[in-house]
This record gives sequence, C-alpha cells and structure tokens, in this order.
Amino acid sequence: MCFHCGEPCAGDAFAQDGKPFCCLGCQTVFHLLQENGLGQFYELNAAPGTRIRATTVAARYAFLDDPVVREKLLDYADDQRARVTLRLPAIHCVACVWLLENLFKLHPGIGRSVVNFTRREATITFAPDRIKLGELAALLASIGYEPELTCAETEAPRPSLVRKKQWLQIGLAAFAFGNIMLMSVPVYLGLDRFNGPWFRVLAGWLSLAMALPVVTYSASDFWRSAWWSLRQRRLTLDVPIALGLAAIYGQSFFEVLAHRGPGYCDSLTGLILFLLCGRVFQQKTHERLIFDRDYKGFFPLAVIRKTPAGEESVPISRLQPGDRLVLRHGELLPADAKLVGGDAWLDYSFVTGEAEPVRCAPGSHLYAGGRQIGGRIEVETVRPVVQSRLAALWDNEAFRKRRDDDLDSLTNRYSRRFTKLVIGLALAAAVFWLFHDAAKALPVFTAVLIVACPCALALAAPLTHGTAQRVLARLNLFLKNARVIERLAQVDTIVLDKTGTLTTADASGVAFISAEGGVRKADLSVEERQWIGSLARHSTHPNSIRIAKSLAVAPRPVSGFQEISGGGIAGEVAGHEIRLGSMAWLEKCGVSGRNRSNPEGSPSAATTLPVGSHTGIAIDGVWRGGFQLENALRPEVEKLVARLGSRFELALLSGDNEREAARFRALFGERATLRFNRSPADKLEFIRELQHGGRRVMMVGDGLNDAGALRQADVGVAVVESLGAFSPASDVILDALQLPRLAEVLAFSRQAARVVRLGFVISALYNLAGLSIAAAGLLAPMVCAVLMPLSSATVLAFACGMTAWSGRRIFALSKPLGASTSPARLREPAVKWIEGA
Amino acid sequence: MSVILILILASLSVAVAFLISFIWAVRSGQYEDTCTPALRILPDDAAEKNSASGSKPKSSNS
Repeated sequence: MCFHCGEPCAGDAFAQDGKPFCCLGCQTVFHLLQENGLGQFYELNAAPGTRIRATTVAARYAFLDDPVVREKLLDYADDQRARVTLRLPAIHCVACVWLLENLFKLHPGIGRSVVNFTRREATITFAPDRIKLGELAALLASIGYEPELTCAETEAPRPSLVRKKQWLQIGLAAFAFGNIMLMSVPVYLGLDRFNGPWFRVLAGWLSLAMALPVVTYSASDFWRSAWWSLRQRRLTLDVPIALGLAAIYGQSFFEVLAHRGPGYCDSLTGLILFLLCGRVFQQKTHERLIFDRDYKGFFPLAVIRKTPAGEESVPISRLQPGDRLVLRHGELLPADAKLVGGDAWLDYSFVTGEAEPVRCAPGSHLYAGGRQIGGRIEVETVRPVVQSRLAALWDNEAFRKRRDDDLDSLTNRYSRRFTKLVIGLALAAAVFWLFHDAAKALPVFTAVLIVACPCALALAAPLTHGTAQRVLARLNLFLKNARVIERLAQVDTIVLDKTGTLTTADASGVAFISAEGGVRKADLSVEERQWIGSLARHSTHPNSIRIAKSLAVAPRPVSGFQEISGGGIAGEVAGHEIRLGSMAWLEKCGVSGRNRSNPEGSPSAATTLPVGSHTGIAIDGVWRGGFQLENALRPEVEKLVARLGSRFELALLSGDNEREAARFRALFGERATLRFNRSPADKLEFIRELQHGGRRVMMVGDGLNDAGALRQADVGVAVVESLGAFSPASDVILDALQLPRLAEVLAFSRQAARVVRLGFVISALYNLAGLSIAAAGLLAPMVCAVLMPLSSATVLAFACGMTAWSGRRIFALSKPLGASTSPARLREPAVKWIEGA
Repeated sequence: MSVILILILASLSVAVAFLISFIWAVRSGQYEDTCTPALRILPDDAAEKNSASGSKPKSSNS
C-alpha cells in the first residue's frame, strides 16, 4: 500500500526510505515534505495524501495571473501582501489541515494560511512579488490539493455577514433576557417591600432600557418582514408577532411611567430570544454543499488555447469564436466547437443524459458541455460560451423566479385565519369593557394582543423542520432549507431520471463471458484477472476504467503499453501479452483460437443480454472471452419503484434512446409514463405540463441535463455519487447510496407536517387559555412571564421529541432496506459470473 | 438600602463586559468556523516536533 495515498502499489519501483509508493508523484510529495520538515504529516493519519495523478505543469495555472482573473479571485491585495481563498476539495483529515496551515515552510513567499474544514477552503496570505498566484495554485496542486477553479467561483458572493448579525442578535437578546429576569424575580416574589417602592421603579426603567436594543436590533427582522407583508397585503405570521411585540413594549412603557409595575419586559425579551433561536435552528445550512449551481459551476475557469507562439492558458471569458483549443482527457468543452484533430470521444452525459460516449469525426460539430474521454483533441470554437445550447437552458424562466418565498407555507396559511381571529377578539373584548368599565378597555385590548402573540405557534414549524433536517442529514440527505420538508410532504407525482439516477455506470454492470460459452472452469483465474486489471488501469477509455474497477486487483507492472484509438489496448504483464479491445480489432491483430462452431464468440450469451457494449480479451494471442458492459440498476431500485408506485404517480425521463424501454416498462408497470430521447428542455417542459395539471412534482435526477427539470419541479432532488462533488441546482442533495430510502423520506416528511399541525393545536390551546384570562382583565405580568415560556417549552419539547421519535421509528423499521445492506452489496464480487447458454 | 444599588451596578457592569467581549468574538470571526479549531489542536506543536522528528520518527501511523 502506498505510504502517501494508501492506494495499492505495483511493485517496489518507487520505494524510498523503506516506504512503498504507488507512483512518482506520491514519492515526490513525500520527499518534498520530508525536506521541509513536514514529515509529521504522515504521523497524523495513515496514508493521508491524495494520489498525485499527473505531474503539475505550472503553465496550467498561468491564467490566474491574468489581471482580470486575479482581481476576481483575490480577497485583498496591495503591493506587499495578497490574500486568496481557494476551494480545495481534497481536504479530508487532520493531517490536511496541519499541512496546509504549515504551507509557509514550503515557500518563503507564503505567509499565514487558515483552513476552514467544513467549507473545504484555505485562506492564504502571500507576497505577490515572491510567489505569483499561479505558482501558489501550482504548488498546492503539486502536493495533492488541486484548487477547484470554476467560473462560478469568481462570481459567487461569500455569505458571512448575515450570520454574524444573527449571532449578535441572539447574544443581545440573551443578555437582556437574563438580566431583566434577575430584576423581575425580586419584584414577583415581593422582595421589593424591603427596599421601598423606588426599587420597583428602578427595575422597570432598567428593564425598559435593556429591552430597547433587543426590540430595535434583535427583533428588526420581524418588523421588516411584518411591514413587507402588510405592504404586499398578505397576512403572514410575522404580523401578529410584530403586533404583539409592539403591544408588550408599549404596555410596559406606560406601566413603568405610571409607577404601576415593572412591565412585561422579561416576557418580551424571552420571547424574542426563543423566536431567534427557532430561526437559527431552522436555518441549519450545510456549508460544504452548494445548492444553487448553474452551468458555470461545471465549467473550468480556463482552457488551453493554441496560438502560433505555442499553447497558453486563457480564461473562458476571453474566448473568441475561431480560437483553437486543446482538450485533454476528462476536460469539458466550454463552447460549441468544430473538431479539428484527434480522436474525439465525447461524453455528453452532463448535457443529454446519454450514457455512452459518442465518437466524433473530424469536422463535426461538438456541443458545449461534452467531456472528452481518451486522448488529446484540438477544436475550433464556433460560438461564444454564452450562446451555446447548454447556456440557453438557463435563459428559461424557471431559473429566474425566486423560489424562497414562503407565502404558501403551512404556517402562513394557518396564520391568516389566526391573525384575523386575534384582532377580532381584541376588538370585541375592548368594546365589551368599554360599556362595562371604560378604564379597563385599553389594557384589555393590549393584553389580548400580548397573550395572542403567536410565539409558540411561530416556533412549531421551525423546530419541527430543523429537527427533521438534522434527522435527514444523518442519512446523507441534505435539504437546501427547512421549507423543503413541507413541499416534500405535498408531493404526489415523482419523475425519475434514468441514467446516473436509477442506473449507474460503475463496476457492478460488468460481466465476463467466456469464449467457450460460459463453462464454469473457463472463467478468469485470479492471475488472469490481475493481468487484465493491471492493463486496463493504464487506459482512460471509459470501458477500461469500468473493467479495471470491477476486477479490483492489486496492480502488476505493465510493459510496452499501447493504446490504439478506436481499437483497444495492449501490453505485457508478467510475461504474457494481453489485448483488450473491440472484436474487430482483435481479429485484425490475428487473435486465434476462436471457437469455430461459434464464430461470434458466444452469441447465445450476448443475445440474452442485448444492452450495453462489449470488449474482447485475448491472452498471448488466444481468444479468451469478453466483457459485457451494461448500465446496472442501482441496488434495490426495483423495491423502491414498487413502493413508490403504490402511492405516487411515477414517470421516467431519459436522454437515452429506447433500447432499454422494455426493461423499464416491466419495472415501472403499465400505468407509469416512460419517455426516452428527452432533451433537457423537454424534461423541463414535461414537469411544467404535470404542474399545469395540478400535480405536485418531485424530480429525481443528476447531472446538468436534469438541471432545468430539477429547478422547475416543486422539489428537485439531485442524486450524487460523492457529497461535495458537482451537483446541479436543486432543493435536496441525496447520497446515491441512500436512494432506496426515498420512500421512507417521503413518509417521514408527511409525518413532520403532521407534527407541525399538532404543534399548532397545542399553541392554540395555550393562546385560548391566555386569551380567556386576558379578556377577563386579569393578566398580571407574572402570569404572562410564566405562561409564555411554558407554552414555548411545551411546543419545543413536542416538536423536537415527536419528530426525532418518528424519524427513529420510520428509518429504523426499514433498516434492512437501506444503509446496512448497501455496504454488504459492495462486498459481493463485483464481476458477475454468467453461466451462458 | 443603597447596597442593592451597588450590587446592581456591579452585576450589570460585569454583564456588559461579557456582552462586549461576545460582540468582539463574533466580529473577529470566531463563530464563522466552529469545526476546524477542534482539529487544529490535535497535532503536536511544531517547535517540539522539529527537534524530535528528525532523529526519531514516531512509529504509530494509524
């Protein structure tokens, strides 16, 4: 195992100081760190590094020194010092934090560096005259922390000021609440008798003084939001809250002024504190996940342009039509272009959802968003970046509308009725007392408003949603905000994407078919698997990658490796010549020993599984068999579809062609809608039609091709293979391993909506009790000080406890379905041994 | 009776001092990242380490 990155090593070729390394890159990093006194890196964690895939070319980051790009990236710069915050997705352990914060030991131009672990970011101060930004990025990349530099990076604002303000608001409210309570308690207990009446007055004025910043600063959001909803002529819950707060403070002020008592400032500040805590609890954000990402997040910041003088790295924003670009393996095409040279295999799965890479002939038109797989190609751009077909999707109105308004939420629908009722009641009580005891009319009016202040009601939803969000986060399901829970509970139609969502192009779909027609003894031996796996590791062709992954063997050294484009790969492992490639190419290479009676290899086995592509194997010039690659369903998808189908209307959308239609028809049943060959815009339109039909749609998808549909749907769920990886804009980010639990997640969110409603009932009961006291004109400050926290505490205990309990019940019951079985499935041999006809 | 006045004054000034230090802590960014500082204290001090690591690297890696 490699001492640096922990990957299996092929032989001792790169061993140093008695430690094994898998490649030159890892060995170099080890050497560099040892030399600079950073050897402790390896003591903090076993094999803490990331595999260094290629030696870093400093020129690759030269574009960062372009003044425009530099300007956008730097947080701060003067002649002596500059500061930059870079996203380094490779940060994963204590050792990373330690190494990056000791970065100054590697280069004299680097000053202080501070890592933010949750956001996977490092803020680095450096001297621009001693190390350029491009050099800094190259240095980071060379030790395994390649900065993530995308177009979105330069435009995204950093959200931090807002949260600072929230902390200050809460701190201020807590301070005032504690100290006012300290002075109110003696008054309630009658201790002021020993001190004379002046103590009561002093306590009152001090309370008012301390409550003033709380009312003006801490509660400022409630005032603003109440004012906003009044101007919009909508009754949100913030209106009665603001009304209640104003009534309490006004009433307290007059009571203190009239020397009648200490007022209700303790209740007031406590109430604001509870409300603020509820808000923060609900606003739990998952900082390392990015929910609002458009196509710019997928595009690199720069590409390599070919000029007469040589190759240079240019920012995408400077690309002109007619530029010659060079794309290497795994790089994304940022603009529509024409292929000039090289063997182009473009993977459009991002854009169309079509899983198989497309081979493109020279001169053909390539669309932006395609990812080159295999060797190096040269293209000539024909259109600017923003005019490509991919960028056009983002002009759709679905992306322009703001989705965060919560006017339709459960709380606000309830509060509309509630507000009218409260104001009506207060007026009725005031009118009643006006005729019986006119002096009591105004105090009763304000008392009703105070008691009706829906503090507990306002807490019911945030606390339930916040708890639900936490429960779901433990399942690796992350919500953009708490309101998504409510929308999840209302879903009645589920639209699923096929490629990448229900199916996966990983190792599980690879099957070996022996040349002898699948006789058991002819299966690959352990050595043969090792040889083939070692060879396939060297190629970047998608099929090779999948085969290498499925074989999962300790690699052996390969000599004489060659890759013939459009054919296959060949090399010598342990003295045997191995060839892996298309049937036609193998035949051309003179592979013999093919079964005469069965000239097509094993057609019987191949015809039983008509999907996917084939790769042939020859060992020492003898036909050995072939791999069949298909897009396998994710584990337990059958069960999931069956469970969802019993309750929801299902639909399947795919950018793929119809060759798998029969298989999915069998899976989904007759009632479901299956659509193939859908473009991203078609998908969006399909969702919109469903919504016009009155349906609440949840879209489950991955990749850029679903981005429009995810955005249009009431709930967009992005399925990701690894958290923190690219995902399109969505409301929910779901770990692919947890996909089978989707049915439980929906059941849980319905349960959460039920808890919110019950929370309303409880707080309404408290309000009713308080109202009857207040309307009778009997509301003393002490009653208020007890009743309000009590109602809040009850709702808090009920909402949090009930949600956590139902979460445990729902997800524990189904334990055999989800997490516990997924790892077990991974442990199964990855290659399915098929016994042929 | 005025002793209560002194007590109130004392307790309030202590509370205000804490409030001010809280505001300072928030402003200086201590609430921005609550996760990394916990990791930062785990490695031994660099100064200590430099003298020890050259001659006698620790054997425990896991």
